[in-house]
Amino acid sequence: MNAVITINQLTRCFKETTAVDQLSLEVHAGEIFGFLGHNGAGKTTTVRLLNGVIDPTSGSMRVLSLDPQVDGPALRARTGVLTETPSLDGRLTAWDNLSIYADLYGVPRASVKPRIQEMLTEFDLADRANEKVGGYSKGMKQRLALARALLHKPELLFLDEATSGLDPVSAHHVNELIERMARREGCTVFMATHNLVEAQRLCDRVAILEHGRLVALGTPTELTRQYVRRLDVEVEVAEEQIPTTLRVLRSLSQLVLGEPSKPNGALVVTINKHESIPDVLAALVQNHIRVFRFAPQEANLEQVYFTLHEEKEGV
Amino acid sequence: MNHRAIFAIVRKDLKVASQNKGVLVPIIVLTVVFFVLLPWLARLVPVFENAVGDMLRGIEKQLTRMPAGMQQEFTGLGLTQIMIVYVLKYMLAPMFMLVPLLVALTIAADSFAGEKERKTLEALLYTPTTNRELFVAKLLSGWLAAVAVAWVGFVLYSVMANVAAWPQMQRVFFPNTMWVVLILWVVPAIAGLGVGAMVLASARAQGFQDANQLGGIVMLPIVALFYVQVAGAMYFNIVVVFLMGLVIWLLTGLLVWLGGRVFQRNRILAG
Repeated sequence: MNAVITINQLTRCFKETTAVDQLSLEVHAGEIFGFLGHNGAGKTTTVRLLNGVIDPTSGSMRVLSLDPQVDGPALRARTGVLTETPSLDGRLTAWDNLSIYADLYGVPRASVKPRIQEMLTEFDLADRANEKVGGYSKGMKQRLALARALLHKPELLFLDEATSGLDPVSAHHVNELIERMARREGCTVFMATHNLVEAQRLCDRVAILEHGRLVALGTPTELTRQYVRRLDVEVEVAEEQIPTTLRVLRSLSQLVLGEPSKPNGALVVTINKHESIPDVLAALVQNHIRVFRFAPQEANLEQVYFTLHEEKEGV
Repeated sequence: MNHRAIFAIVRKDLKVASQNKGVLVPIIVLTVVFFVLLPWLARLVPVFENAVGDMLRGIEKQLTRMPAGMQQEFTGLGLTQIMIVYVLKYMLAPMFMLVPLLVALTIAADSFAGEKERKTLEALLYTPTTNRELFVAKLLSGWLAAVAVAWVGFVLYSVMANVAAWPQMQRVFFPNTMWVVLILWVVPAIAGLGVGAMVLASARAQGFQDANQLGGIVMLPIVALFYVQVAGAMYFNIVVVFLMGLVIWLLTGLLVWLGGRVFQRNRILAG
Protein backbone atom coordinates (compact mmCIF):
# COMPACT_ATOMS: atom_id res chain seq x y z
CA MET A 1 0.00 0.00 0.00
CA ASN A 2 1.11 3.52 -0.76
CA ALA A 3 2.10 5.26 2.49
CA VAL A 4 1.08 8.91 2.71
CA ILE A 5 2.55 9.31 6.19
CA THR A 6 5.53 7.39 7.51
CA ILE A 7 6.59 8.09 11.06
CA ASN A 8 9.68 6.51 12.54
CA GLN A 9 10.60 6.75 16.23
CA LEU A 10 9.19 10.27 16.42
CA THR A 11 9.68 12.02 19.75
CA ARG A 12 8.83 15.52 20.87
CA CYS A 13 9.62 16.83 24.35
CA PHE A 14 8.49 20.09 25.96
CA LYS A 15 10.86 20.81 28.84
CA GLU A 16 10.24 17.88 31.22
CA THR A 17 7.24 16.46 29.36
CA THR A 18 7.44 13.96 26.52
CA ALA A 19 4.38 14.71 24.41
CA VAL A 20 5.15 12.20 21.65
CA ASP A 21 7.29 9.22 22.57
CA GLN A 22 9.01 6.99 19.99
CA LEU A 23 5.98 6.97 17.70
CA SER A 24 6.18 4.81 14.58
CA LEU A 25 3.34 4.17 12.15
CA GLU A 26 2.17 4.46 8.56
CA VAL A 27 -0.98 5.97 7.11
CA HIS A 28 -2.07 4.68 3.72
CA ALA A 29 -3.40 6.66 0.78
CA GLY A 30 -7.16 7.10 0.74
CA GLU A 31 -7.90 5.80 4.23
CA ILE A 32 -9.59 7.55 7.14
CA PHE A 33 -7.08 7.00 9.90
CA GLY A 34 -8.16 7.48 13.50
CA PHE A 35 -5.62 8.75 15.98
CA LEU A 36 -7.15 8.10 19.37
CA GLY A 37 -6.12 9.18 22.81
CA HIS A 38 -7.24 11.09 25.86
CA ASN A 39 -6.64 14.84 26.24
CA GLY A 40 -2.90 15.43 26.47
CA ALA A 41 -2.02 12.08 24.86
CA GLY A 42 0.02 13.83 22.16
CA LYS A 43 -2.49 13.98 19.30
CA THR A 44 -2.29 17.72 18.62
CA THR A 45 1.49 17.70 18.93
CA THR A 46 1.63 14.91 16.33
CA VAL A 47 -0.59 16.90 13.93
CA ARG A 48 1.68 19.92 14.37
CA LEU A 49 4.79 17.82 13.81
CA LEU A 50 3.36 16.23 10.68
CA ASN A 51 2.63 19.67 9.21
CA GLY A 52 6.09 21.03 9.95
CA VAL A 53 4.66 23.58 12.35
CA ILE A 54 6.91 22.41 15.18
CA ASP A 55 10.12 20.42 15.03
CA PRO A 56 10.64 16.98 16.55
CA THR A 57 13.15 16.34 19.32
CA SER A 58 14.22 13.14 17.54
CA GLY A 59 13.01 10.64 14.98
CA SER A 60 11.96 11.10 11.38
CA MET A 61 8.80 11.41 9.29
CA ARG A 62 7.76 11.68 5.66
CA VAL A 63 4.41 13.17 4.73
CA LEU A 64 3.33 13.07 1.07
CA SER A 65 6.97 12.12 0.35
CA LEU A 66 8.21 15.33 1.95
CA ASP A 67 10.11 16.02 5.15
CA PRO A 68 7.91 18.41 7.17
CA GLN A 69 10.93 19.96 8.86
CA VAL A 70 12.58 20.86 5.56
CA ASP A 71 9.65 21.24 3.17
CA GLY A 72 7.04 22.67 5.55
CA PRO A 73 5.54 25.29 3.19
CA ALA A 74 5.39 22.90 0.20
CA LEU A 75 3.82 20.24 2.39
CA ARG A 76 1.25 22.56 3.96
CA ALA A 77 0.14 23.58 0.46
CA ARG A 78 -1.02 19.97 0.03
CA THR A 79 -2.58 19.42 3.45
CA GLY A 80 -5.65 20.86 5.13
CA VAL A 81 -6.07 21.16 8.87
CA LEU A 82 -9.18 21.55 10.98
CA THR A 83 -8.41 22.28 14.60
CA GLU A 84 -10.63 21.97 17.67
CA THR A 85 -11.22 25.74 17.79
CA PRO A 86 -12.24 26.74 14.26
CA SER A 87 -9.71 29.61 14.19
CA LEU A 88 -11.99 31.82 12.10
CA ASP A 89 -12.00 35.60 12.15
CA GLY A 90 -15.33 36.38 13.79
CA ARG A 91 -15.23 39.98 12.59
CA LEU A 92 -15.09 38.91 8.95
CA THR A 93 -17.79 37.34 6.80
CA ALA A 94 -17.68 33.70 5.76
CA TRP A 95 -16.83 34.79 2.23
CA ASP A 96 -13.92 36.96 3.42
CA ASN A 97 -12.61 34.17 5.63
CA LEU A 98 -12.54 31.79 2.68
CA SER A 99 -11.26 34.31 0.16
CA ILE A 100 -8.24 35.19 2.34
CA TYR A 101 -7.35 31.53 2.79
CA ALA A 102 -7.80 30.89 -0.94
CA ASP A 103 -5.02 33.43 -1.49
CA LEU A 104 -2.90 31.91 1.28
CA TYR A 105 -3.26 28.41 -0.18
CA GLY A 106 -2.60 29.61 -3.71
CA VAL A 107 -5.96 28.64 -5.22
CA PRO A 108 -5.75 29.85 -8.86
CA ARG A 109 -7.22 33.36 -9.02
CA ALA A 110 -9.78 32.42 -11.67
CA SER A 111 -11.06 29.55 -9.50
CA VAL A 112 -11.36 31.45 -6.23
CA LYS A 113 -14.95 32.69 -6.60
CA PRO A 114 -16.47 29.49 -8.05
CA ARG A 115 -14.61 27.34 -5.51
CA ILE A 116 -15.78 29.45 -2.55
CA GLN A 117 -19.34 29.37 -3.89
CA GLU A 118 -19.11 25.60 -4.33
CA MET A 119 -17.83 25.06 -0.79
CA LEU A 120 -20.39 27.38 0.81
CA THR A 121 -23.18 25.57 -1.03
CA GLU A 122 -21.75 22.15 -0.18
CA PHE A 123 -21.54 23.07 3.51
CA ASP A 124 -24.98 24.69 3.56
CA LEU A 125 -23.68 28.18 4.31
CA ALA A 126 -24.36 29.97 1.03
CA ASP A 127 -27.33 31.90 2.43
CA ARG A 128 -25.24 33.42 5.19
CA ALA A 129 -22.02 33.93 3.23
CA ASN A 130 -22.03 37.68 3.79
CA GLU A 131 -22.71 37.60 7.52
CA LYS A 132 -19.98 38.03 10.08
CA VAL A 133 -18.82 34.68 11.37
CA GLY A 134 -18.97 35.94 14.97
CA GLY A 135 -22.75 35.47 14.82
CA TYR A 136 -22.57 31.85 13.63
CA SER A 137 -23.40 28.87 15.84
CA LYS A 138 -20.56 26.58 16.85
CA GLY A 139 -21.67 23.94 14.35
CA MET A 140 -21.76 26.49 11.50
CA LYS A 141 -18.31 27.74 12.43
CA GLN A 142 -16.93 24.22 12.38
CA ARG A 143 -18.54 23.59 8.99
CA LEU A 144 -17.01 26.79 7.65
CA ALA A 145 -13.62 25.81 9.08
CA LEU A 146 -13.94 22.44 7.35
CA ALA A 147 -14.80 24.21 4.09
CA ARG A 148 -11.70 26.34 4.55
CA ALA A 149 -9.55 23.25 5.17
CA LEU A 150 -10.83 21.68 1.94
CA LEU A 151 -10.81 24.85 -0.17
CA HIS A 152 -7.55 24.05 -1.95
CA LYS A 153 -8.40 20.35 -2.45
CA PRO A 154 -5.78 18.93 -0.10
CA GLU A 155 -4.45 15.42 -0.62
CA LEU A 156 -4.28 14.90 3.14
CA LEU A 157 -6.75 16.28 5.66
CA PHE A 158 -5.92 16.53 9.36
CA LEU A 159 -8.82 16.76 11.77
CA ASP A 160 -7.90 17.59 15.32
CA GLU A 161 -10.90 17.03 17.60
CA ALA A 162 -13.07 18.38 14.79
CA THR A 163 -16.38 17.70 16.51
CA SER A 164 -15.35 18.31 20.09
CA GLY A 165 -17.84 20.54 21.86
CA LEU A 166 -20.50 20.23 19.16
CA ASP A 167 -24.01 19.05 19.97
CA PRO A 168 -24.82 15.54 18.65
CA VAL A 169 -26.73 16.81 15.60
CA SER A 170 -23.99 19.23 14.54
CA ALA A 171 -21.30 16.62 15.21
CA HIS A 172 -23.20 14.10 13.10
CA HIS A 173 -23.55 16.65 10.30
CA VAL A 174 -19.82 17.49 10.37
CA ASN A 175 -18.92 13.78 10.41
CA GLU A 176 -21.15 13.13 7.43
CA LEU A 177 -19.47 15.96 5.56
CA ILE A 178 -16.02 14.63 6.45
CA GLU A 179 -16.88 11.17 5.23
CA ARG A 180 -18.57 12.40 2.07
CA MET A 181 -15.79 14.82 1.17
CA ALA A 182 -13.05 12.31 1.97
CA ARG A 183 -14.59 9.54 -0.10
CA ARG A 184 -15.60 11.86 -2.96
CA GLU A 185 -12.45 13.99 -3.15
CA GLY A 186 -10.31 10.92 -2.50
CA CYS A 187 -8.17 12.56 0.13
CA THR A 188 -6.58 10.73 3.03
CA VAL A 189 -7.91 11.75 6.46
CA PHE A 190 -5.86 11.75 9.65
CA MET A 191 -8.43 12.13 12.40
CA ALA A 192 -7.17 12.89 15.90
CA THR A 193 -10.02 12.36 18.33
CA HIS A 194 -11.07 11.06 21.69
CA ASN A 195 -14.53 10.32 20.39
CA LEU A 196 -14.45 6.53 20.14
CA VAL A 197 -17.92 6.12 18.67
CA GLU A 198 -17.05 8.56 15.89
CA ALA A 199 -13.78 6.73 15.20
CA GLN A 200 -15.52 3.36 15.15
CA ARG A 201 -18.00 4.61 12.58
CA LEU A 202 -15.66 6.55 10.29
CA CYS A 203 -12.18 5.09 10.47
CA ASP A 204 -10.65 2.37 8.33
CA ARG A 205 -7.77 1.96 10.79
CA VAL A 206 -6.99 3.46 14.16
CA ALA A 207 -3.96 4.02 16.35
CA ILE A 208 -4.37 4.36 20.10
CA LEU A 209 -2.03 6.65 21.98
CA GLU A 210 -1.34 6.68 25.71
CA HIS A 211 0.94 9.36 27.13
CA GLY A 212 2.53 9.91 23.72
CA ARG A 213 3.18 6.22 23.10
CA LEU A 214 1.48 4.04 20.51
CA VAL A 215 -0.27 1.18 22.30
CA ALA A 216 -2.41 -0.31 19.53
CA LEU A 217 -2.75 -0.11 15.76
CA GLY A 218 -5.16 -1.81 13.37
CA THR A 219 -8.68 -1.82 11.98
CA PRO A 220 -11.43 -1.40 14.60
CA THR A 221 -12.40 -5.05 14.07
CA GLU A 222 -8.83 -6.28 14.46
CA LEU A 223 -8.40 -4.33 17.64
CA THR A 224 -11.63 -5.52 19.20
CA ARG A 225 -10.73 -9.13 18.38
CA GLN A 226 -7.24 -8.66 19.75
CA TYR A 227 -7.96 -6.74 22.91
CA VAL A 228 -11.50 -7.41 24.01
CA ARG A 229 -11.25 -10.67 25.93
CA ARG A 230 -14.87 -11.18 26.77
CA LEU A 231 -17.92 -11.12 24.60
CA ASP A 232 -21.60 -10.97 25.50
CA VAL A 233 -23.96 -13.17 23.47
CA GLU A 234 -27.74 -12.99 23.56
CA VAL A 235 -29.24 -16.47 23.38
CA GLU A 236 -32.94 -17.01 22.79
CA VAL A 237 -34.31 -20.49 23.39
CA ALA A 238 -37.73 -22.00 24.14
CA GLU A 239 -38.87 -21.17 27.68
CA GLU A 240 -39.03 -24.84 28.72
CA GLN A 241 -35.46 -25.42 27.52
CA ILE A 242 -33.90 -22.67 29.66
CA PRO A 243 -32.91 -25.00 32.55
CA THR A 244 -31.20 -27.39 30.10
CA THR A 245 -29.53 -24.46 28.38
CA LEU A 246 -28.21 -23.16 31.69
CA ARG A 247 -26.89 -26.63 32.55
CA VAL A 248 -25.07 -26.89 29.19
CA LEU A 249 -23.63 -23.40 29.49
CA ARG A 250 -22.42 -24.08 33.04
CA SER A 251 -20.67 -27.22 31.77
CA LEU A 252 -18.65 -25.05 29.37
CA SER A 253 -16.78 -23.38 32.22
CA GLN A 254 -13.64 -22.88 30.13
CA LEU A 255 -15.56 -20.89 27.51
CA VAL A 256 -18.38 -19.28 29.46
CA LEU A 257 -17.47 -16.72 32.09
CA GLY A 258 -19.68 -16.30 35.16
CA GLU A 259 -23.36 -17.05 35.46
CA PRO A 260 -25.66 -16.29 32.48
CA SER A 261 -28.15 -13.54 33.20
CA LYS A 262 -31.64 -12.90 31.88
CA PRO A 263 -32.17 -9.12 31.80
CA ASN A 264 -34.76 -8.75 29.01
CA GLY A 265 -36.21 -12.17 28.46
CA ALA A 266 -33.26 -13.54 26.49
CA LEU A 267 -30.27 -15.12 28.19
CA VAL A 268 -27.05 -13.13 28.10
CA VAL A 269 -23.92 -15.24 28.23
CA THR A 270 -20.41 -13.89 28.56
CA ILE A 271 -17.89 -15.99 26.67
CA ASN A 272 -14.13 -15.71 26.86
CA LYS A 273 -13.25 -14.80 23.26
CA HIS A 274 -14.61 -14.34 19.76
CA GLU A 275 -13.19 -17.69 18.60
CA SER A 276 -15.29 -19.58 21.18
CA ILE A 277 -18.60 -18.60 19.56
CA PRO A 278 -18.87 -21.70 17.27
CA ASP A 279 -18.01 -24.07 20.15
CA VAL A 280 -20.68 -22.65 22.47
CA LEU A 281 -23.31 -22.74 19.73
CA ALA A 282 -22.32 -26.29 18.75
CA ALA A 283 -22.63 -27.47 22.38
CA LEU A 284 -26.18 -26.11 22.59
CA VAL A 285 -27.23 -27.70 19.31
CA GLN A 286 -25.64 -31.06 20.23
CA ASN A 287 -27.75 -31.03 23.42
CA HIS A 288 -30.93 -30.67 21.28
CA ILE A 289 -31.61 -27.14 22.35
CA ARG A 290 -33.60 -25.22 19.77
CA VAL A 291 -31.80 -21.89 19.43
CA PHE A 292 -34.01 -19.15 17.99
CA ARG A 293 -31.41 -16.42 18.25
CA PHE A 294 -27.68 -16.42 18.99
CA ALA A 295 -26.46 -12.82 18.74
CA PRO A 296 -22.90 -11.90 19.75
CA GLN A 297 -22.76 -8.27 20.85
CA GLU A 298 -20.04 -6.72 18.71
CA ALA A 299 -17.26 -5.35 20.87
CA ASN A 300 -16.36 -1.75 20.08
CA LEU A 301 -13.39 0.55 20.23
CA GLU A 302 -14.60 1.90 23.53
CA GLN A 303 -14.03 -1.49 25.11
CA VAL A 304 -10.62 -1.76 23.41
CA TYR A 305 -9.69 1.68 24.63
CA PHE A 306 -10.65 1.03 28.23
CA THR A 307 -8.99 -2.39 28.23
CA LEU A 308 -5.74 -0.81 27.06
CA HIS A 309 -6.12 2.14 29.40
CA GLU A 310 -6.68 -0.16 32.39
CA GLU A 311 -3.66 -2.25 31.40
CA LYS A 312 -1.49 0.85 31.18
CA GLU A 313 -2.75 2.29 34.44
CA GLY A 314 -2.47 -1.13 36.08
CA VAL A 315 -6.13 -1.14 37.11
CA MET B 1 8.47 35.68 -1.19
CA ASN B 2 4.83 34.89 -1.91
CA HIS B 3 3.41 38.39 -2.37
CA ARG B 4 -0.15 37.19 -2.83
CA ALA B 5 -0.08 35.46 0.55
CA ILE B 6 1.58 38.44 2.22
CA PHE B 7 -1.05 40.86 0.97
CA ALA B 8 -3.83 38.43 1.90
CA ILE B 9 -2.63 38.57 5.52
CA VAL B 10 -2.25 42.36 5.39
CA ARG B 11 -5.78 42.64 3.97
CA LYS B 12 -7.10 40.35 6.69
CA ASP B 13 -5.33 42.15 9.53
CA LEU B 14 -6.44 45.59 8.39
CA LYS B 15 -10.01 44.44 7.82
CA VAL B 16 -10.16 42.78 11.24
CA ALA B 17 -8.57 45.81 12.93
CA SER B 18 -11.02 48.17 11.22
CA GLN B 19 -13.89 46.19 12.79
CA ASN B 20 -12.41 46.50 16.28
CA LYS B 21 -13.59 49.57 18.21
CA GLY B 22 -10.67 49.20 20.58
CA VAL B 23 -8.39 49.80 17.61
CA LEU B 24 -10.44 52.19 15.54
CA VAL B 25 -11.65 54.68 18.17
CA PRO B 26 -8.19 55.72 19.49
CA ILE B 27 -6.94 56.15 15.91
CA ILE B 28 -9.91 58.31 14.89
CA VAL B 29 -9.75 60.42 18.08
CA LEU B 30 -6.01 60.91 17.70
CA THR B 31 -6.32 61.85 14.03
CA VAL B 32 -9.05 64.39 14.69
CA VAL B 33 -7.28 65.95 17.69
CA PHE B 34 -3.81 66.15 16.15
CA PHE B 35 -4.56 66.88 12.55
CA VAL B 36 -7.80 68.83 12.68
CA LEU B 37 -8.18 70.47 16.10
CA LEU B 38 -4.63 71.33 17.11
CA PRO B 39 -3.88 73.53 14.05
CA TRP B 40 -6.80 75.74 15.14
CA LEU B 41 -4.74 76.72 18.17
CA ALA B 42 -3.34 79.29 15.78
CA ARG B 43 -6.69 81.08 15.87
CA LEU B 44 -6.46 81.35 19.64
CA VAL B 45 -3.10 83.12 19.70
CA PRO B 46 -4.41 86.60 18.77
CA VAL B 47 -7.59 86.10 20.87
CA PHE B 48 -5.56 85.46 23.98
CA GLU B 49 -2.68 87.68 23.00
CA ASN B 50 -2.71 89.47 26.33
CA ALA B 51 -2.96 86.27 28.32
CA VAL B 52 -0.09 84.67 26.44
CA GLY B 53 1.95 87.85 26.39
CA ASP B 54 4.54 86.48 28.82
CA MET B 55 4.84 83.36 26.75
CA LEU B 56 5.38 85.43 23.60
CA ARG B 57 8.09 87.44 25.30
CA GLY B 58 9.64 84.13 26.47
CA ILE B 59 9.73 82.99 22.87
CA GLU B 60 11.39 86.23 21.85
CA LYS B 61 14.16 85.45 24.34
CA GLN B 62 14.28 81.85 23.15
CA LEU B 63 14.76 83.05 19.57
CA THR B 64 18.30 84.14 20.39
CA ARG B 65 19.17 80.57 21.38
CA MET B 66 17.60 78.98 18.29
CA PRO B 67 19.73 77.74 15.37
CA ALA B 68 20.52 80.31 12.68
CA GLY B 69 18.23 78.70 10.09
CA MET B 70 15.31 78.88 12.44
CA GLN B 71 16.03 82.49 13.39
CA GLN B 72 16.12 83.34 9.71
CA GLU B 73 12.66 81.86 9.28
CA PHE B 74 11.31 84.16 11.98
CA THR B 75 12.94 87.29 10.54
CA GLY B 76 10.38 89.92 9.65
CA LEU B 77 7.54 88.19 11.52
CA GLY B 78 5.49 89.75 14.29
CA LEU B 79 5.32 88.07 17.72
CA THR B 80 1.93 86.50 17.04
CA GLN B 81 3.18 85.10 13.73
CA ILE B 82 6.33 83.79 15.43
CA MET B 83 4.18 82.07 18.04
CA ILE B 84 2.03 80.46 15.33
CA VAL B 85 5.03 79.30 13.29
CA TYR B 86 6.85 78.08 16.38
CA VAL B 87 3.88 76.09 17.74
CA LEU B 88 2.61 74.61 14.48
CA LYS B 89 5.94 73.99 12.77
CA TYR B 90 8.27 73.11 15.63
CA MET B 91 6.61 72.51 18.97
CA LEU B 92 4.05 70.04 17.64
CA ALA B 93 6.52 68.18 15.40
CA PRO B 94 7.50 65.61 18.10
CA MET B 95 3.84 65.18 19.04
CA PHE B 96 3.05 64.51 15.39
CA MET B 97 5.39 61.51 15.57
CA LEU B 98 3.22 60.03 18.30
CA VAL B 99 0.49 59.40 15.75
CA PRO B 100 2.25 56.85 13.52
CA LEU B 101 3.77 55.30 16.60
CA LEU B 102 0.42 54.85 18.31
CA VAL B 103 -1.27 53.57 15.15
CA ALA B 104 1.56 51.08 14.57
CA LEU B 105 1.42 49.90 18.18
CA THR B 106 -2.36 49.48 18.14
CA ILE B 107 -2.63 47.67 14.81
CA ALA B 108 0.38 45.48 15.56
CA ALA B 109 -1.00 44.61 19.01
CA ASP B 110 -4.24 43.51 17.34
CA SER B 111 -2.35 41.66 14.62
CA PHE B 112 0.07 39.76 16.87
CA ALA B 113 -1.29 39.54 20.44
CA GLY B 114 -4.94 40.01 19.42
CA GLU B 115 -4.74 37.15 16.96
CA LYS B 116 -3.22 34.95 19.65
CA GLU B 117 -6.00 35.98 22.03
CA ARG B 118 -8.75 35.29 19.48
CA LYS B 119 -7.15 31.90 18.74
CA THR B 120 -7.02 32.65 15.01
CA LEU B 121 -3.26 32.41 14.71
CA GLU B 122 -3.11 28.63 14.57
CA ALA B 123 -4.98 28.43 11.25
CA LEU B 124 -2.48 30.88 9.76
CA LEU B 125 0.42 28.76 11.00
CA TYR B 126 -0.96 25.76 9.10
CA THR B 127 -0.92 27.64 5.78
CA PRO B 128 1.93 27.25 3.26
CA THR B 129 3.41 30.63 4.18
CA THR B 130 6.99 30.62 5.42
CA ASN B 131 7.90 32.10 8.80
CA ARG B 132 9.43 35.06 7.00
CA GLU B 133 6.38 35.73 4.84
CA LEU B 134 4.13 35.55 7.87
CA PHE B 135 6.37 37.90 9.82
CA VAL B 136 6.73 40.38 6.96
CA ALA B 137 2.96 40.39 6.43
CA LYS B 138 2.32 41.02 10.10
CA LEU B 139 4.89 43.84 10.15
CA LEU B 140 3.44 45.38 7.00
CA SER B 141 -0.11 45.50 8.39
CA GLY B 142 0.85 47.82 11.24
CA TRP B 143 3.47 49.70 9.27
CA LEU B 144 1.31 50.49 6.24
CA ALA B 145 -1.59 51.61 8.39
CA ALA B 146 0.64 53.87 10.51
CA VAL B 147 2.37 55.47 7.53
CA ALA B 148 -0.93 55.92 5.67
CA VAL B 149 -2.62 57.58 8.67
CA ALA B 150 0.41 59.83 9.23
CA TRP B 151 0.62 60.85 5.56
CA VAL B 152 -3.08 61.51 5.24
CA GLY B 153 -2.89 63.31 8.58
CA PHE B 154 -0.01 65.40 7.32
CA VAL B 155 -2.05 66.59 4.36
CA LEU B 156 -4.95 67.39 6.70
CA TYR B 157 -2.64 69.15 9.16
CA SER B 158 -1.07 71.19 6.36
CA VAL B 159 -4.43 72.34 5.07
CA MET B 160 -5.78 73.04 8.56
CA ALA B 161 -2.66 74.89 9.70
CA ASN B 162 -2.65 77.19 6.67
CA VAL B 163 -6.39 77.80 6.81
CA ALA B 164 -6.43 78.43 10.56
CA ALA B 165 -3.43 80.76 10.46
CA TRP B 166 -4.41 82.58 7.28
CA PRO B 167 -5.74 85.73 9.01
CA GLN B 168 -2.35 86.22 10.70
CA MET B 169 0.05 84.74 8.12
CA GLN B 170 -1.69 85.77 4.86
CA ARG B 171 0.35 83.12 3.00
CA VAL B 172 0.95 79.37 2.82
CA PHE B 173 3.61 78.92 5.49
CA PHE B 174 3.37 75.20 6.13
CA PRO B 175 5.13 72.78 5.56
CA ASN B 176 8.85 73.42 5.30
CA THR B 177 11.66 71.09 4.19
CA MET B 178 12.16 69.80 7.72
CA TRP B 179 8.58 68.51 7.72
CA VAL B 180 9.12 66.78 4.38
CA VAL B 181 12.11 64.97 5.89
CA LEU B 182 10.07 64.20 8.98
CA ILE B 183 7.23 62.74 6.95
CA LEU B 184 9.22 60.81 4.37
CA TRP B 185 12.14 59.69 6.52
CA VAL B 186 11.18 59.69 10.21
CA VAL B 187 7.52 58.65 10.02
CA PRO B 188 8.25 55.33 8.24
CA ALA B 189 11.06 54.69 10.72
CA ILE B 190 8.91 55.41 13.73
CA ALA B 191 6.09 53.26 12.37
CA GLY B 192 8.64 50.45 12.05
CA LEU B 193 9.82 51.07 15.59
CA GLY B 194 6.26 50.73 16.89
CA VAL B 195 5.62 47.50 15.02
CA GLY B 196 9.02 46.08 16.00
CA ALA B 197 8.42 46.90 19.66
CA MET B 198 4.99 45.32 19.51
CA VAL B 199 6.29 42.04 18.06
CA LEU B 200 8.49 41.67 21.12
CA ALA B 201 5.79 42.88 23.52
CA SER B 202 3.28 40.43 21.99
CA ALA B 203 5.62 37.52 22.56
CA ARG B 204 5.30 38.16 26.31
CA ALA B 205 1.75 39.51 26.42
CA GLN B 206 -1.37 37.46 27.10
CA GLY B 207 -3.63 39.59 24.91
CA PHE B 208 -4.28 42.82 23.03
CA GLN B 209 -4.57 45.14 26.07
CA ASP B 210 -1.59 43.60 27.77
CA ALA B 211 0.56 44.01 24.64
CA ASN B 212 -0.64 47.57 24.13
CA GLN B 213 0.46 48.53 27.63
CA LEU B 214 3.86 46.85 27.25
CA GLY B 215 4.48 48.36 23.82
CA GLY B 216 3.40 51.80 25.01
CA ILE B 217 6.77 52.20 26.71
CA VAL B 218 8.31 53.25 23.36
CA MET B 219 6.13 56.37 23.38
CA LEU B 220 8.02 57.83 26.33
CA PRO B 221 11.11 59.00 24.37
CA ILE B 222 8.85 60.84 21.90
CA VAL B 223 7.04 62.64 24.70
CA ALA B 224 10.46 63.47 26.16
CA LEU B 225 11.49 65.00 22.80
CA PHE B 226 8.50 67.34 23.01
CA TYR B 227 9.59 68.61 26.43
CA VAL B 228 13.23 68.86 25.35
CA GLN B 229 12.19 71.19 22.54
CA VAL B 230 9.77 73.21 24.68
CA ALA B 231 12.55 73.66 27.24
CA GLY B 232 14.79 74.95 24.46
CA ALA B 233 17.42 72.24 24.98
CA MET B 234 17.16 71.12 21.36
CA TYR B 235 15.29 72.33 18.28
CA PHE B 236 14.10 70.32 15.33
CA ASN B 237 15.79 71.19 12.05
CA ILE B 238 16.66 69.21 8.94
CA VAL B 239 19.91 67.81 10.35
CA VAL B 240 18.43 66.92 13.74
CA VAL B 241 15.41 65.30 12.11
CA PHE B 242 17.56 63.37 9.63
CA LEU B 243 19.86 62.08 12.40
CA MET B 244 16.89 61.26 14.59
CA GLY B 245 15.43 59.25 11.68
CA LEU B 246 18.71 57.41 11.26
CA VAL B 247 18.81 56.43 14.92
CA ILE B 248 15.18 55.30 14.81
CA TRP B 249 15.82 53.25 11.65
CA LEU B 250 18.74 51.52 13.39
CA LEU B 251 16.61 50.80 16.44
CA THR B 252 13.81 49.57 14.19
CA GLY B 253 16.24 47.27 12.39
CA LEU B 254 17.37 45.82 15.70
CA LEU B 255 13.81 45.29 16.98
CA VAL B 256 12.70 43.71 13.69
CA TRP B 257 15.71 41.39 13.73
CA LEU B 258 14.94 40.36 17.31
CA GLY B 259 11.25 40.03 16.46
CA GLY B 260 12.06 37.79 13.51
CA ARG B 261 13.87 35.44 15.87
CA VAL B 262 10.90 35.33 18.24
CA PHE B 263 8.20 35.02 15.57
CA GLN B 264 8.85 31.42 14.51
CA ARG B 265 6.11 28.79 14.30
CA ASN B 266 8.14 26.47 16.46
CA ARG B 267 8.43 29.07 19.23
CA ILE B 268 4.88 30.36 19.02
CA LEU B 269 3.29 26.95 19.42
CA ALA B 270 5.91 25.47 21.71
CA GLY B 271 5.83 28.53 23.95
